[in-house]
Amino acid sequence: MTDEDSAFDVLGVLSDPVRRRLYRYVAAAPKEVGRDAAAEAARVSRSLAAFHLDKLVEAGLLAVSFRRLSGRTGPGAGRPAKLYRRAEGEHAVSVPPRSYEAAGRLLAEVLENAGLDRELQAAARAAGAAQPDARADDVVAALRARGYEPFWDGGTLRLRNCPFHALAAEFPALICGMNLALVEGLAPEQWSPAMDPCPGGCCVALSKNKND
Amino acid sequence: MLCSMTESHLAQVNIGRIVAPMDSPELADFVAQQPEINALADRSPGFVWRMVDGGGVDATGIRPDGNDDLLLFNCSVWESVEALRNFTYHSGHLRVLSRRREWFRRMAEAHQAMWWIPAGHRPTVAEAMERVAMLREHGPGPQAFTFRDPYPAPNGAAQQRDGCHVSTDAEEAVAAFRAAGTSSRAPLPTTRSGNPSTTCGAAPTPHLN
Repeated sequence: MTDEDSAFDVLGVLSDPVRRRLYRYVAAAPKEVGRDAAAEAARVSRSLAAFHLDKLVEAGLLAVSFRRLSGRTGPGAGRPAKLYRRAEGEHAVSVPPRSYEAAGRLLAEVLENAGLDRELQAAARAAGAAQPDARADDVVAALRARGYEPFWDGGTLRLRNCPFHALAAEFPALICGMNLALVEGLAPEQWSPAMDPCPGGCCVALSKNKND
Repeated sequence: MLCSMTESHLAQVNIGRIVAPMDSPELADFVAQQPEINALADRSPGFVWRMVDGGGVDATGIRPDGNDDLLLFNCSVWESVEALRNFTYHSGHLRVLSRRREWFRRMAEAHQAMWWIPAGHRPTVAEAMERVAMLREHGPGPQAFTFRDPYPAPNGAAQQRDGCHVSTDAEEAVAAFRAAGTSSRAPLPTTRSGNPSTTCGAAPTPHLN
């Protein structure tokens, strides 16, 4: 079986709309998710949610851990709950085959070697600012549409997903700087994006300016 | 929590050529951020030590090449590659890093190096510059390496992680790592080589974002 076949197998699991809702909910959640919360979010019964969640685990799209939600331990603390989170790893397939990632890596390497951080940041800021949807001050929706999976952490808007993950891992200073500039361009003026890395997520977090 | 007594720590050096003198307007933002960034390093998990100049506060007064007043030098010691990686790329330090080209010229040659030292050892400027020279001359190896090509701690055991040791055969791990042809995105060799035993159940840390 080729890599492409495996990717089709994995992604085929998401063809069911209930599974897709469950996957999106778990993947975007800032913390691990129990069955009840996932069932409620996907508007299905707990047993149906459990069935589909486990299919997603089998496919390698979600990972599982067991923990007592009550925080109690020892005898009488009850059975630990089964908790779901997004699995590591990426799955992509393109028909017909396209290799934008390979091109992205080559381009990043050249920019890195040429020291063109500021030029890349200027282009990213302009690209962010050119997006009309964010101008309507729905920065949360704009970030969600770009796959950042934003969530509120008190008064800070954090980003659960890094859309440039593989490149950012290889060229962190270059790509995270690009990403910050992109979000700066995207966010309306009353927002202050800053580098404040979120474990497993994006390096940028946003807060609202005090005087707005 | 039991950890092995035969500890190795990770030393790192980096050098950088600033675009203008330290007291110039071009460098003002960089200079202004030094106290905050050094304080951040000092309280980062796994931080052990950093070299300071005669002023005793930071390393901005150190010049590894006496003839080159624009060549800055920075050297510190950490418990593990992951601890250093987390500070470098997963902390507020990233904010400074993303502005590196405002303050530092791009260097074509290797400008940083890491190497393992016995815990308690304090590297000197000469020792650190020798590691940079090794990297330039021979490429990455156990004596001088980078984030892209990390080498496990010596003695066939003891890659430190989160203050605990993940025991593995260093040679085997490196061989497996190289054979797998993995890119720099892969975690350290010790997490790739099958089933390392850990003395405290520390999970392998996922790579950075």
